[in-house]
Amino acid sequence: MMDSTEQTRDIALEVNGRAVAEQVPVRLTLADFLRQQLGLTGTHLGCEHGVCGACTVLVDGRSARACLMLAVQADGRTVTTVEGLAPADGPLHPLQQAFHECHGLQCGFCTPGMLTTLAELLAECPRPTEDEVRVAISGNLCRCTGYQAIVDAALLAARRMAGDAEAA
Amino acid sequence: MSGGHASSLAPGQRHNGDADPRRRFVGARVTRLEDPPLVRGQGTYVGNLGFPNQLHMRVVRSPVAHGVLRSIDTSAAREHPGCRGVWTGQDVADIPPITFRPTSVQGLEPYRQYILARDRVRYIGEPVAVVFAADPYVAEDIADLVTMDIEALPVLLSADAPPGEFAPGHSTEAGVLRKQFGDVDAAFREAHEVVEVDVRVGRHSGVPMEPRGALARHDHSRDVIELYGAGKRPHAHRDAVAALLGRSPVGMHFYEGHIGGGFGVRGEIYPEDVLVCLAALRLGRPVKWIEDRRENLLACNHSREQHHVVRAALDRDARILAIDAKLWHDQGAYIRTHGARVPDMAMGTLIGGYHVPAYRAVGHIRLTNKTPAATYRSPGRFESTYACERLMDAVAERFGLSPIEVRRRNLIRRDQYPYPRPMEILDHPVELDSGDFPRLLDRTLEHLRWDDLQAEIARRRDAGECVGVGMGFFMEKSGLGPVDGAKVNVDTRGKVQVVTGSSSIGQGVETVMAQICADALGVDYADVKVIHGRTDMIDYGIGAHASRATVMTGGATRMAALNVRRKALEFAAAHMIEAPIEVLDIVDGKVVRTDRPGEPGIPLGRVAAALAPSPEVVAFGIPGLTAEGWFETAGLTHPYGIHTAVVKVDPDTGGVTVERFHVAYDIGCAINPMLVEGQIVGGVAQGLGGALLEEFVYDERGEPLSVTFADYLMPTAREMPPVEVLLTEDAPSPNNALGMKGAGEAGITGVGAAIAAAIDDAIGKPGAIRELPVTPQRLRAILAGRPAGA
Repeated sequence: MMDSTEQTRDIALEVNGRAVAEQVPVRLTLADFLRQQLGLTGTHLGCEHGVCGACTVLVDGRSARACLMLAVQADGRTVTTVEGLAPADGPLHPLQQAFHECHGLQCGFCTPGMLTTLAELLAECPRPTEDEVRVAISGNLCRCTGYQAIVDAALLAARRMAGDAEAA
Repeated sequence: MSGGHASSLAPGQRHNGDADPRRRFVGARVTRLEDPPLVRGQGTYVGNLGFPNQLHMRVVRSPVAHGVLRSIDTSAAREHPGCRGVWTGQDVADIPPITFRPTSVQGLEPYRQYILARDRVRYIGEPVAVVFAADPYVAEDIADLVTMDIEALPVLLSADAPPGEFAPGHSTEAGVLRKQFGDVDAAFREAHEVVEVDVRVGRHSGVPMEPRGALARHDHSRDVIELYGAGKRPHAHRDAVAALLGRSPVGMHFYEGHIGGGFGVRGEIYPEDVLVCLAALRLGRPVKWIEDRRENLLACNHSREQHHVVRAALDRDARILAIDAKLWHDQGAYIRTHGARVPDMAMGTLIGGYHVPAYRAVGHIRLTNKTPAATYRSPGRFESTYACERLMDAVAERFGLSPIEVRRRNLIRRDQYPYPRPMEILDHPVELDSGDFPRLLDRTLEHLRWDDLQAEIARRRDAGECVGVGMGFFMEKSGLGPVDGAKVNVDTRGKVQVVTGSSSIGQGVETVMAQICADALGVDYADVKVIHGRTDMIDYGIGAHASRATVMTGGATRMAALNVRRKALEFAAAHMIEAPIEVLDIVDGKVVRTDRPGEPGIPLGRVAAALAPSPEVVAFGIPGLTAEGWFETAGLTHPYGIHTAVVKVDPDTGGVTVERFHVAYDIGCAINPMLVEGQIVGGVAQGLGGALLEEFVYDERGEPLSVTFADYLMPTAREMPPVEVLLTEDAPSPNNALGMKGAGEAGITGVGAAIAAAIDDAIGKPGAIRELPVTPQRLRAILAGRPAGA
């Protein structure tokens, strides 16, 4: 893949609970690192200028545009992508399940960024209002759903997750 | 629910459908089969695919809107150590220009686009050269090294301006379309009143979230060029691209994975699609191309830009005697895959659901030095509905009637269907199949609590607020025929596979086909797997566009499933159960005896196993529990709807807040009301974008100014109002067994019309809105009494 003249650095980070050590070109974006070098193609690139939100991942638990971050900036950090929300062979994350039940996705391209953004919201604010959900996803563009079903899904997932916490 | 989804179809409940007890999945709000991989981030969008040893292609685009291409310097690019190839127009001189789907409109051939520019460039973003490298970053580096010498020519940026020269001997007016019936001139001579509007729709487009992409490889073992990332019309475009490359169709196959939104623009034949196929063939390595968003906004099809001058002749009761329409369609720099379809459909549908005794439309297809334009969700109809409804609102104003009363006097009545119109749309005769628009209006007013809404608006106005309500009535067209086919087979474990020639662009076609198949065959929809977008698995297919899939492919799927059902019952009756076929049925995937309830049935998987080739089976018929089905229809289906918007205007900023949006839509038969609502709410969002926010703006040199998402503004969750959906099934289509009509475009068609009327109402200036999108700048100009756009 790499050009022989390309300047590189070694980075070590944690991605979806797994320790990763890789050599990367210094100009490689975090999104392309995740997609091309680690094969985590669930992080989608919709604009590559930080507006659409499709590439949103969690870095140390905070949402970040993987298209606006370089891979080298993730050195020493913890990154969670959509693939890390639920184990591949296990049940869906409550947000994923609610998106499915509420028809919160059509083409599915914005969905990973919506899910990671909402995962951050629900971690900080377990019982959001509809307005709070809309503010949270206002930096994520969806061209299919008109957002209504996404908002419904987020509120449903929040209720279930909060209920689980109380039950536990 | 947050948004007040108010479908009149409660879960599991139907009205006005036939009472077929077999309808277990058709009409049910079942969840989508498509979702599990998509929510886990396991999508197969073309950007996620790759082959060993692949090259990446990067396109070098024209920086000049119109000019003579004097020379291209590729020497520095070639010297880059990572360069694996550079092509200019000379390198692909043997490839003919990109074909379009023909209609009866003649003379468009000279306006086709070559895959790389030859002697002239005609828009900023036009592909001029391509470079290849093993790494996409390096490919971009190399593309930056290509330079060109272009002698600028005058630019033409308006379809209203006098036509110029496209090429020697060819005017920028590529064609003029005409439609007419009745004696229009006599009607205008005898008219009590003549009302005219002059209205424009701005240039905007589908802009799917996934940028375009394509991945091609040459499989030498089969001598097949494979193209991944196909969509919309895989079969037709496979044939077209094969022809451009001089290959037989069997030497090329298209493969559709997941597609990040279609909306009419995705999946058309673009220069880049042909280039990756050609490169895979010539370079002997897989070739991948993924555009960036700037390229997408520069080079993916634009749409909608159209100017309309429409006149109505009316009798003393405000009844329409005739409509006379002229329109100027800004086609951009070249004729693309859709040919003349957009203005044709605009002209063919402009008179909507109204009884119009005489009609004439003249449409000028004009080329400009802007990105080529083509179809975007509800092509032609978003524009023409807006023009027609602006006209109807102007009629109401002239006669001092309410907009609703003017519609009531002119809507086609239920007893007038089937309602022929002596003209053609896309070379098809027009006959509106079924409808009851007045009833839908009654139901809309009831659902909206119209009197309460009006009282509330009056109260708020008295309190100084600038609020208003407006409506847009529209007649859609869907289910374009004439024929589609599907194959259904059941495997030895009882799993069902439906092979269609349809295309899935995110709309839920797999789930809808599974529901239809499940009821026809007698299985669970979750046991049905639906194949689409694979030219190697079925010989014909119509893809997914023009709200066709549910009606046409659904009709074919139902026929194929019924054929499999009959085959299973006949074979079981003859060879597996000693019983007459009349007492056999298929329930929950098992062949059962209806005269002996409680007896265990025979699973379909066992029937399939028994149908493995053997002398006995061959004597019975074709082996395998498999069958084809074909559906044919003579006519289009015509769903119809009413959009209602409530808006609030901020007179200081010119900002418009949409407070509420209501869609009433008669779909004939909703296979999955949840998915129909999803289509509608999503369509409303796109419609609001086109009505208020989205516009491709150019400066006077033809430089596009809307090339990022910071400049091209699409609705976010904060701009979207609650959307209420009233889905009705009052007028099933007589053209198919389930009464289905299309759903894909219902949410968008009337938005421009409703928003324009609502803003007029809010600011108390009837007819003020003449141009979409109604940006804050335009609205401030209107409020200040300046010409719009000033």
